[in-house]
Amino acid sequence: MKKILEVKNLSVSFNTYNGEVQAVRNVSFDLYEGETLAIVGESGSGKSVTSKSLLRLNPVETTMLKHGQILYNGKDILTCKEQEIRAIRGAEISMIFQDPMTALNPTMTIGSQIAESIKKHTALRGHQITERVIELLQLVGINEADKRYKQYPHQFSGGMRQRIVIAMALACEPRIIIADEPTTALDVSIQAQILELLKNIQKKMNLSIIFITHDLGVVAKMADRVAVMYAGKIIEIGLVDEIFYHCQHPYTQGLLAAMPNPDIETDTLYAIPGTPPNLLHPPNGDAFAARNKQALKIDFLEEPPMFKVSDTHYAATWLLHEQAPKMIPIHQQLALAECNEREKAPVFDTTNPFLSLKGVKQHFKLDKNTINKAVDGITFDIYKGEIFGLVGESGCGKSTTGRSIIGLNIVTAGDIHIDGRNINEAKTRQEKLAFNRKVQMIFQDPYSSLNPRMKIADIISEGLAIHGVPKSEWKIKIYELLNIVGLTKEYANRYPHELSGGQRQRIGIARALAVEPELIIADEPISALDVSIQAQIVNLLKKLQKERGLTYLFIAHDLSMVKYISNRIGVMHRGKIVELAESQELYDHPIHPYTKALLSAIPLPDPKLERERQRIIFNEVEYNATNRESESFTEVRPGHFVMLTEEELTQYHQAISESILQ
Amino acid sequence: MTTKITEDATLKKYPPDLFEPVSQHELSDDFTYRSEQSFWQDAWLGLRKNKAAIVGLCIIILVILLAIFGPFMNNHGYDEQNIARTNLPPKVPVLENISFLGLNGVDSRGVDQYKAKGISEYFWFGTDELGRDLWTRIWQGTRISLYIAFLAATIDLIIGVAYGAVSAFYGGRTDHIMQRIIEVLVGIPGLIVNILLILILKPGIISITIAMVIVGWISMARIVRAQILKLKSYEFVLASRTLGASNQRLIWKHLIPNTLGPIIVATTFTIPGAIFTEALLSFIGLGLQPPTASLGTIVNDSYKLLRIYPHGMIFSSIVISLIMISFNLLGDGLRDAFDPKTRK
Amino acid sequence: MIRYIFTRIGYMIITLFIIILLSFLLMKALPGSPFNDERLPEAQKELLYKKYGLDKPVPIQFGIYLANFVQGDLGVSFVFDNRPVTKIIQERIGASAILGFQAVTVGTLIGLLLGIIAALRHNTIIDYGATVLAVLGISIPSFVFAGFLQYWIGVKLGWLPIAFWNGFEYSILPTIALAVGVVATIARFTRIEMLEVLHQEYILTAKSKGLSNSFIITKHGIRNVLIPIITIIGPLTVNTITGSLVIEKIFSIPGLGEQFVNSIITNDYQLIMGTTIFYAVLFVSVILIIDILYGFIDPRIRVTGGE
Repeated sequence: MKKILEVKNLSVSFNTYNGEVQAVRNVSFDLYEGETLAIVGESGSGKSVTSKSLLRLNPVETTMLKHGQILYNGKDILTCKEQEIRAIRGAEISMIFQDPMTALNPTMTIGSQIAESIKKHTALRGHQITERVIELLQLVGINEADKRYKQYPHQFSGGMRQRIVIAMALACEPRIIIADEPTTALDVSIQAQILELLKNIQKKMNLSIIFITHDLGVVAKMADRVAVMYAGKIIEIGLVDEIFYHCQHPYTQGLLAAMPNPDIETDTLYAIPGTPPNLLHPPNGDAFAARNKQALKIDFLEEPPMFKVSDTHYAATWLLHEQAPKMIPIHQQLALAECNEREKAPVFDTTNPFLSLKGVKQHFKLDKNTINKAVDGITFDIYKGEIFGLVGESGCGKSTTGRSIIGLNIVTAGDIHIDGRNINEAKTRQEKLAFNRKVQMIFQDPYSSLNPRMKIADIISEGLAIHGVPKSEWKIKIYELLNIVGLTKEYANRYPHELSGGQRQRIGIARALAVEPELIIADEPISALDVSIQAQIVNLLKKLQKERGLTYLFIAHDLSMVKYISNRIGVMHRGKIVELAESQELYDHPIHPYTKALLSAIPLPDPKLERERQRIIFNEVEYNATNRESESFTEVRPGHFVMLTEEELTQYHQAISESILQ
Repeated sequence: MTTKITEDATLKKYPPDLFEPVSQHELSDDFTYRSEQSFWQDAWLGLRKNKAAIVGLCIIILVILLAIFGPFMNNHGYDEQNIARTNLPPKVPVLENISFLGLNGVDSRGVDQYKAKGISEYFWFGTDELGRDLWTRIWQGTRISLYIAFLAATIDLIIGVAYGAVSAFYGGRTDHIMQRIIEVLVGIPGLIVNILLILILKPGIISITIAMVIVGWISMARIVRAQILKLKSYEFVLASRTLGASNQRLIWKHLIPNTLGPIIVATTFTIPGAIFTEALLSFIGLGLQPPTASLGTIVNDSYKLLRIYPHGMIFSSIVISLIMISFNLLGDGLRDAFDPKTRK
Repeated sequence: MIRYIFTRIGYMIITLFIIILLSFLLMKALPGSPFNDERLPEAQKELLYKKYGLDKPVPIQFGIYLANFVQGDLGVSFVFDNRPVTKIIQERIGASAILGFQAVTVGTLIGLLLGIIAALRHNTIIDYGATVLAVLGISIPSFVFAGFLQYWIGVKLGWLPIAFWNGFEYSILPTIALAVGVVATIARFTRIEMLEVLHQEYILTAKSKGLSNSFIITKHGIRNVLIPIITIIGPLTVNTITGSLVIEKIFSIPGLGEQFVNSIITNDYQLIMGTTIFYAVLFVSVILIIDILYGFIDPRIRVTGGE
């Protein structure tokens, strides 16, 4: 394979208010023709800065290039003239950004935005440009391109905008595309479409792609080779199978073990302890050592060099040194432990559900004529001690459901019973407080969920104050709660902005626990966190559930995490629950077309599997076109409910009986 | 693979004890991104770094002190007329020896008026056409102007915060009606209302203040409403509600503390606005009636003498401009200090 | 879009109604206004009474007043021998319009330029200089500035005429005095908006297409900066007109503002009311036009639909 781009010893720093942040430290890699190189890492690992350096797009005022070379066509991108780099941008190497909502200029038509680079880099003029624009839009799958090229970005949905951004990147037939988290802002099914589009175009045009992401599932689906970044360094690089099945660096191992794989039954996730180092003062030796349970003494003293594992696989860990002791990799340790203590499936009291929703509707009046039917008639029970997962894509009404249960919205119709009592019965303040004591909520955004003007102690004790716990008991209680969520008591005196995202989420959990609730509604509690931190929080939630016999309603869009944590799962689509079953049952036998599509759209952190998988497409238009009047929520298998029309139901029963006959 | 492999490093022999696992080292989660600071300390630190804002703050303090004590620093009353000493140019001890400062009692025609009129006293800012001491008058005027401005800003603040908070907090129909009222009021040009009201009420400290407040509170109400609406959807407010917090608690513990920043900034900008409006009204002839003087009326009176005796206009203009500049600088500084975007 | 315009016009009418009601009640309340002035000759009183129907109940009187207003009748001046107020406004509006137009256009253009340059040279001497100028321009009252312009450039240096209205050179100093505030406000706003726009991801997208900096700034930057700036031009115009009251007085320009100030001094209530209402209509229309213009220029409001 031909080498097309070469990055040598790249180091980039930023001047910030607090000092020099060493965002990228001595990074080297190559890119070959036609391949996809994925750069994976958590936020702050330097992956995005690396990718922007390839086109010299980092902000000029604050960026300090320490040293290094980026060779393309024999030219050093880092030192060439402004004109030369401009001739490369868009024409030879182009870029796709994360957020399609902001990557397009809102005041220009999409056509003219695509035309800009064509005008700049090719000899096409006039209507030839328009033709090329339309051709590009058709290529990325935009219907009626000949009409729509005159429209403005706000007239397109998020997924469509990302297609337009891709069309823009492809406009001058570049040889390399740098995609910086191109699907992070999108729902899973749209993500799957965009990823497939990129793959097809890559094949057609023999493109090289550098794919920046934090999602190992996406990596498994897209990459030929993978570079793992941590604290501004590439700590491991190799072919995708080498990284996923034979990774050597403890960080890579930890990262893989931290992700639930829906195809493997596990009881605990591996959680990398701690948080990434501050790059204002990068540590000596291996930056990961402080979080590494298998760390060697040398890890704290000397930086590990890149050890060769195979011709294509290199890793920077002292464990590969011939003097190093042989250790069992973290993920294998975990698998061994798993075999010993597999838990029995828990049994719940199904006759007296702790939470019960009957025909709950939550409509919002937008203006005189439009009503947003956020939740449109849902019915389900949650048993005491159960973890119930509620999944769906953005706007399906899952968060609204949670908020309606806890009383943040007054429901339009239907009944909600908690512990056998209708929540509407609570009229007096005393009754309402008693209800608040039973149900608590954990929120999504660790940055907006804590009042910036209050100390941690005050945040945690707010519930105590409201529920009249005597002040003398607060201190002990606060320390106890901090201890429960894995923080030291020194945190009590701090302010939220001094904490990292994961720590803030722990405080949010402590606040909810303060009033000793029985039901906790967790509204996307991990979606704003990095993979390694996600596992910490999920493990904490699971541990609390076991120790305190809590009941959870776990709301999320990430089906693999929901499947991992939940006993039963409800799938929501357009304000309705379309399918409800035990998690393994739902995963093994999805019946509703939407569930099937959703399951097949989730990228799994397993490249071999990803290569074989076929995506099932949910045709929303067709689905809506069928007469859904007769649809009902039917139990088709024990405990497995599906929203099907009579016709679909007969079809399903036919199919079942046929398969039994065969 | 061009990844540079430092052969020596991978093959180099190290003392074997380096390859022992680290025993039981603490893997505690003790990392913090920032040093310990309260929000207010933080805002103060942010403000302190803004030199212009600090200069503004110092000037404001100085001006306030002079407005309080300035009139007592000599023996002249603010309405003490004396035809024998009209239109004296400024004369300041010590500084009178530095000729280019023009503080030696010599007027624009080169005549030492103090000698000509046989006056031995020093008038630091000179006197006006009725022989009143301008030093005393200007600081007296500053006192009144600042009094009007602070009074107007305080009333704006109270009405604006109450209106905005109620509108945003209760939302729904209440908010809808209150916003329609604002939309109508905001279309009414402020100065026109001021003029009409002062025509009815006759110029005076209270009438001028009332006239300014009548439209002035609207911008404060809008700022507060926008901020509280934003905060209401924040998860920490929702969290407090799910804990069962009462409305009082929500308002006083969560909403108001987080709205203080914008409120303080808006007030800082209200004050120079009020001083300017008062001066403008004086210029139109709707200012305070003599012998009471504000900065605006002094500027207006001395403007008439500008061509012959510029000193009155110069001193009063400098004072009014300094006040305006300092409050604007401080307001800018505060806005940056409270803005989370600038604090990372 | 059409609905939006109608709502805006609806609010404008309510606002105007309130102003007219206010000034009507004021006229009823004020002693010494033409309606209840004892010195008024009987004949004239009768004429007025007939015209305004003062023998009828108050709401009907207001109705008549309103009807007169709709027909463009703002009453007659007491000081100027019963000349219709509309006539006086017509005579006076010319100079004010020229002055206001010059100040707003010149001020906006210079302000834009200054703001954009400051943003592009962020954190350099130019940026700091522009920021200092803007703070001074916003802080120093226009009448102070006008006074000193007059004193130094007009009197001391004798370069330009300092009063009256006899041609272009007479408009230079008052235009500068009025435009300073406009320049400062626009420059400040532009600088902040431009910095904001330059940090948007679509600027990075444009850069990654290989476009040159100057092209990006003109095509992607300024375009997006101009839209929010339109919103402040409305209030700014209103401020400029307000400021012209004093500036016209200082420079003795025979404009509407000077007339208005004089009418306050001479207690010519009819003229005050008439001019007030005229100003109110003017202000409200300026804001309305700018609002509608904004809707037309911003495609996010103009074009809806799609997915």
